[in-house]
Order: sequence, then C-alpha cells, then structure tokens
Amino acid sequence: MSLIDISGNLLFVAFVAYLVATLLIGGSIKSAKPDGAAGRATKWGQLAIIVTIIGFLAHLGYFITRWIYSGQVPVSNMFEFTTAFGMFLIGAFIYMYFMYRVTALGLVALPIALIIIGWAAMFPREVTPLVPSLQSHWLTIHVITAAIGQSILAISAVAGLIYLLKVIDAKKKGKERFWLEAVLYFLVIIVGNIAASVAFNAVGYEDRYSYINKDEIELQIIYNHPPIFGMNESTAITEGAMEPLIEMPAFIHAQKLNIVVWSLLVGTILYVLIRLIARKRIIELLNPLVQKVNLQLFDEIGYRSVLIGFPIFSLGALVFAMIWAQEAWGRFWGWDPKEVWALITWLFYAAYLHLRLSKGWEGKKSAWLALIGFGIIIFNLVVVNLVIAGLHSYA
Amino acid sequence: MEKIVCACGHENPLGTKICSNCGRPLTEEGKSQKVLDMKYDGSAIRSKTHNKSFVDKVWNFFSSVKVGVALIIILLVVASIGTIFPQEFFVAAGTEAGKALYYETNYGSLGTLYYNLGLSDLYSTWWFQVLVGMLGVSIIVASIDRGIPLHKSLTKQRVKRHESFMRRQRIIAEGAVTEGDPSKTLYSVEEKLKKMNYKVRHDGSALLAEKGRFSRYGPYINHVGLIIFLLGVMLHQLPGMHVDESMWIRDGETRAIPGMDGYFLESKKFILETHDNDPTTAQIQQGVAVIAKNYQTDVVLYKQSDDALPGETNNLEVVKEYSIRVNHPLEHDGYSLYQMDYRLNELKEMTFSLTNKETGTVLGNITIDLRNPKSEYVIDENTKVELMEYYPDYTGFNDEGKPQTATPNPNNPAFIFNMITPEKPKGEISFVAIQQTVEGSGASENTYKMAFTGVDTINMSGLTIRMDKTIPLLIVGGFIFLLGLAIGSYWNHRRVWIEQLADGQIRLAAHTNKNWFGIKKEIDALTEYAHLPQYVDQLVDEKEKEKKDE
Repeated sequence: MSLIDISGNLLFVAFVAYLVATLLIGGSIKSAKPDGAAGRATKWGQLAIIVTIIGFLAHLGYFITRWIYSGQVPVSNMFEFTTAFGMFLIGAFIYMYFMYRVTALGLVALPIALIIIGWAAMFPREVTPLVPSLQSHWLTIHVITAAIGQSILAISAVAGLIYLLKVIDAKKKGKERFWLEAVLYFLVIIVGNIAASVAFNAVGYEDRYSYINKDEIELQIIYNHPPIFGMNESTAITEGAMEPLIEMPAFIHAQKLNIVVWSLLVGTILYVLIRLIARKRIIELLNPLVQKVNLQLFDEIGYRSVLIGFPIFSLGALVFAMIWAQEAWGRFWGWDPKEVWALITWLFYAAYLHLRLSKGWEGKKSAWLALIGFGIIIFNLVVVNLVIAGLHSYA
Repeated sequence: MEKIVCACGHENPLGTKICSNCGRPLTEEGKSQKVLDMKYDGSAIRSKTHNKSFVDKVWNFFSSVKVGVALIIILLVVASIGTIFPQEFFVAAGTEAGKALYYETNYGSLGTLYYNLGLSDLYSTWWFQVLVGMLGVSIIVASIDRGIPLHKSLTKQRVKRHESFMRRQRIIAEGAVTEGDPSKTLYSVEEKLKKMNYKVRHDGSALLAEKGRFSRYGPYINHVGLIIFLLGVMLHQLPGMHVDESMWIRDGETRAIPGMDGYFLESKKFILETHDNDPTTAQIQQGVAVIAKNYQTDVVLYKQSDDALPGETNNLEVVKEYSIRVNHPLEHDGYSLYQMDYRLNELKEMTFSLTNKETGTVLGNITIDLRNPKSEYVIDENTKVELMEYYPDYTGFNDEGKPQTATPNPNNPAFIFNMITPEKPKGEISFVAIQQTVEGSGASENTYKMAFTGVDTINMSGLTIRMDKTIPLLIVGGFIFLLGLAIGSYWNHRRVWIEQLADGQIRLAAHTNKNWFGIKKEIDALTEYAHLPQYVDQLVDEKEKEKKDE
C-alpha cells in the first residue's frame, strides 16, 4: 500500500470516528434525562471526546502522509483545502472543549465537520502540481493560519446555533423561527449535494458534451449529473446521452447551475421527507437535545472564539496574504475577489466586536451575527473559489 | 464647567456615571441598574458632555460607535459589489470602448449597467476612498474620545468603593467567613490573589486586586496601528513614493530599466518549464494540457558608472547576476523586479528575397530586424530595397484606405518596399504583409517581388519594476495592529474588591472586561482557600429566576 492510499484510508477512519462521536454525544444528551443518570451522561460524553480525538489524529495522519507523499502542503486544491478546513474545525472544537468542558458543542461542530469533509470528497482527489505562483513557503504559512483562524471563528457559529436552538421557541411563529429553520434547511441542501453526487457516481453516470462558449470557441465538458440545464448550443458527444431539458445562454455556466439545481432538488426532497416522517420542524427535533445547555456559557464561548480567532484570521488571511502578494506580484493588495472577501470577513467580525463591546449586542443578536459570519466564510470558500473568477479561482 | 457632587463630597465632571472616588452611581439610570455599566467607570466621555458647537457635533458624529459600525457595514457591502463582475484592471481591453464592449459581451445589459455606474472600477472611485477616509477619522476620533477617559479611570482608581458600587457588580459576595479566624482572612486573601498574579493594593480594611490592566489598552493600540497603515496607503499615492513600471525584454537584449535610473538589464534567456504529470481530472475537465512549473528569466543587472552620461551604455558595471522567478524577485537598492509575463516565439527577424517574378532569379536576400528596421537594405551598387513604411501590428486599412498598426509590437508585420533594381532604377512599390502581397497601383506590372523566405523568432520576458517607500510604514502599522489585537484579545482586565466590615463580615465584588468563566474559576479558588462567603453571579441568577417565573 502506497503512502497516498494510507493517507486516503486515514481520512476515512477520521470520517467514521466523527460519525461515531456524533452518535455518542447524542447518546450522552439523551441519557441525561432526569432519571439521575448524570454520571452515565458524562461517561458517554467523555467517550465521544476520546473518539473525536482519535478521529482528529487520523485526520492529522492523512494530512501529514499526503504532505510527505506529494512534497507540497495539502491545501492547494478544493479537496485538500476543504478537508483541511474540516480538520481545523475539529481541532478548534477539541481546544474549546478542553477550555470549557462542554460536549454539547460537538453536537453541532461534528456534523458540520462531517458535511464539510463529505462535500470536499466530491472534488477530484488527485495531487495537483503547483503553478509557479503557489511555489512558496508562504502557501503553507498563509493558508494554514487563515484556515485555523476561520475554523475558530466558525466555533462561534456552532455555539450561536446551539444558543438559538435553545432560546427560539419552535412552536411560536415568527421571523426567528423561519430563519433558524432556513439555516438548517441550507445544511440539508449541502447533504443533498453530496447525496446526488454519490448516487450518480455510484451508477457511473458520465456524459460528454461539446458547447460554444461566450468567445464563440467550441469546447467540451463532462456532466456527472443528468443535464437539466445544458451548456450553450450543446451537442452530445457520448452516444445515447440525454438531451438537456433547458439550454442556457453562454454567459451562464450551465454545468455548475445543473449541480446546484440537483442539490436543491435532492436536498428539498430530503427535507420534505424529514418533515413528513417527524411531523416537526428540524429545529423542533433538535430542541430537546440542547435543553440542558447553559445559555450564558454558550454566549461566552461564542464571544471567546471570535476573540481567539479574529487575531489569527487577521494574521493569516490579511497580513501573511499581503506579505506573500508583495513577494509574488510586487503589490500587497490587488482587489482580487478572494482578497476582498477576506477583507469583508474581517470587517464583519470587527463590526461584531464593536457591536458587542459598545452596543451590548449579546445573546441572541450575537449568535445571529456569528451565523452570518460563518455564512461569509463559507461564501468565501465556495462561491469565490468556484464561481467568481480570480487568482484563487479553482473553477 | 459644571460638576456633579457625589454623596461622598467628591466633585466629578459632568457626564460621569460613576463617582471616581467612591464608586457610587451618579445617574438615575445607574441607581436603578442591578449591574453597573463599567466601561469608563469614573470618567466622562467628551462626546457625551459637549453638544453645542459645530465642532462638537462633528466630533460626536465620528466618535459614535454606531456611526463607526455603520461605516464598516457600508464599506463591507460596497466592497462585495465590486466582486460581482471582474474589475477593469483584470480586463485585458485597453480602451474605454473596449472595456465597455467587454462588459456587454460577457455580462449582457447587467454588465453594461455595471460599467456605466462605475462599479467596474469601484475601488478607485472618489466615494469609495471617502468612505475609507471617514472610517479612518471615526477610528481616530472614537479612540481619543474614549481612550483618554478610560486611561484616567484606570490610573486613578480608589481601593475602597462604596457599597452601592460593590452591590451593583455582576459578581458579589457578602457574609461571614465560613471557617477559621476572620482576622486572618484578608491576609490569606491577599496571599492567594498574589499567587494568581494579581497586584494588590490596600486601604485600611479594603483591598483592590487587579491584573491584566494593560489589556484595556489593546483596542487603542490596534487602532493606532490601523491609522499608521492607512497613512501609509495614503502616502503611497503621493508622487515619488512608488515606482510601478513594466518592461519587455528579449533574450540577449540589454535595455535601460524604466523607473530605475542608471540601471540596465540584460536578459540571457527566458525559461519556461512545465510539470510532466499525468493530466489530472481538473485538467481534463478544463482542457488544460500542461501545468506550468517555472517561469524564469536569467538576467544581469548593470549600473552605469557614475561619470557616464544618461543613456550611455558603454562602461556598464555588473551589479549582479540573478534568475528572476515568480516568488523570487530580483531585489536591489529598494527596487524589485518581478517575473510577470512572457511571450514565446515572438517574431524577431524576417527574411525576404528580391526575386524576378518571371525568371525567378534572386538578386539577393535582406533580413529585417522587426524591432529596429533600417530604412534601406543595400544589395549591391545598383540594387537596394528601401523600407518606405513599416506597420509592426498590421490590422488592415483605415477609412482613408491607409494601412494601420494597432501596437508597436511586431505581431503581424507589414511593409511597403521600394525595390530598386538595375532594370527599374526608379524603383517599384510593393506592399507586403504576412500571407499576402498587395502591389502598389499598377503593381501587377511589377517586374520584381519581395518573396518571403524565412522568419526568426525569439522569446520575450515581461517584467515589472516596483519600488514603494511606504512599505516600512505599512510594516510598522501592521505590527502595531497585530500587537494591539493580541493584547486586547488574549488578556483580560480582572478586578476584585474586598472589604472587611467592622463586624468582620466580608464583602467581595469582582469585574472583568471579558471571560467571566475565567474570573469565576479564580474566585472559586479564592473562596475555597480563604473560606469566603459564596458569591452570586447577578446576571445568571437573574436569568434563572426569569425562567422559573415562566
């Protein structure tokens, strides 16, 4: 077995461990019902943390073996970066656990990490050779520091989500209930994205089409999802390939749109199924799990993770980024979309801190802000890398 | 100025919320609060006390955190709009019309709207810069407005505080010691607090323990750093502060470096290397055949000798030899040369044969250097070719029927020759471009033609030359910013007030600017060690009570 196979297996071990740990935490909270079994609850919780740590070590093992195998830090394509982000998120959770000793944090942190890793695995997993501009030790320093900063900031959203799940009354109609359910619906959509990719991959779906791009050049494209939307003037190359239902104009990348629509479709079906089976909103389903959490403490954990993560993010995503940009291109700032979105993230958390310190935005307001902040981080990862063209574009 | 006289007799400036002497709340609001607002305890903020003159109004506007946050949010939203479509500097088009066309063809009517609204060059618009400037002013004003009173309140803290102050702290304990001799309590409290790195001060039977006070200065330090950084960015735009030039250099060529007076650069060779990997899935999907591995220009940097005339290329002194690569610029004397672009197989020379159209007899060959063409090429006494016009980047005929060139680069050279031969001593005019020979008026009667025989190509390297005198300022600003951020984020300002009352009872109050979880752990340890009465967290207990009421 070569090093890259070992690396892949370690990642699988990590994924399974996080899955088991999630169930264990669920169990620890379930058994904390007022039958006086608090001792059993802590035992389940401790076991969950141990399993999480084992998963994290396996994940770290994946990272290091892949690094040794490829000779370059494994953060340079979508699969590698997103997987690493998931790892740092788990690392941040473990760190916060040892600071505050609350397992409930894992109830949200672990599933989110699972979704992130699952989504990462949908991208091509080979090692990509580095273009000249990425051949720098700043790749290692800048990307890892920025990702660590982002993952600690993400913990504030984890704490915020738990906070909101507890305080927002799932039975009372209102804006808050709607938006919180919308956040969870969004998570289901990502699960839908993964499910659709896995399913079509399992049946080996692949069709090739040629199309005319906006510069009127003929190109080819591979569809791994059946085409609801076809590229501009597309013609099937694969024999017996399905005709797209709707053809899109050249300035829309129909293949990406197709994936988004499939995710929405599958995600919505999943969501509707959950609603039909449980006969409850998801927030109502989760509400009993967070009843025992201490709100004051979760508010503080949310704030604390912004305090810890913000300086690291500033250092990694802005300062180190500027130093590298100066070294590679002779300008420390070039208004590249990724740079702009790093600045937006930074400005947003600066606003969070000022609102909290001076305007007393604590509790619910703070928790909502933390969720929006995580939304910006995810936007910066997904949309800026895959949709907006720029220096950090992987599309 | 008016004063507020506290019950203890101390005079406080107007606008003070908490008496700087004893800590009694001075406002009705403060008196009704269960837990005091401790931000600037004992000091008045200028913006809250002056509200008359125009200057006061401007000051109050910029000192408001609400305004500051609003500016941050506006800037954030505006910045995001600039990423919807590529900004103009990422667009290859050179002319205004070309840019307009780019947005129209790529993004349709939305693109045109984007371009016409000026959003395609958003970050250099005056209003974007005004927004950044306003945020800068807000940072300065708010920091002075709040920083000075904060400094005052922190440096003139009294040890002994009034019970109305103590009881309005979030953490409060009152009662008898739970064990042992009460007369020793203060001694053991002090011992324990010192072990936990608190600085302890006494005033009779009262003590104040404090640690991490410097962390309160963190936000102000990081604001200073930000202002220095913004100052550097502003200075950058002044003339003479920076150089931003670019040059194309061909293999083997020696050229003066633009923006770097007295320096010359010789390019020995441009090198392009590619990875020899098996194509990855991403490569196949995107139709990318090979991935670049290295862009490199091997160069020699020369300096003119001090007594040389400007532009003189004799007597050049070698400064250094270097291989410029991406991420590895050539650095000298504050200037840096970056590998930015390249062109392979750039046309260098073209060779033509002066040929008799009927017989095919060749009178001779001429070779034209496309960057430095000569005006005539002599073959022998009676035979020569005059180069009458040269169009390096021929793009067809203009409205007046004259040939035109798009750029000075020899991408598609075209020539008008006058061929002087023994048979035609007055000369014959011929227009020659790649793939076509259009002869002048009545040219079909030409006896001779310029037959294309060969081309010689060369590689070119695109370099940028940069110098920025503001970099040191940016580094200082960035460093101070990070330092302040770390100080403000990773340390907490914790204070514990303890008083032993006449009857031996203990009153303890504690405050921290953040991380209540941490201070509570310390007070827990203190309580256990010195057998103090159990404290209550007024905010948490309040919430618990609310829940029970529901």
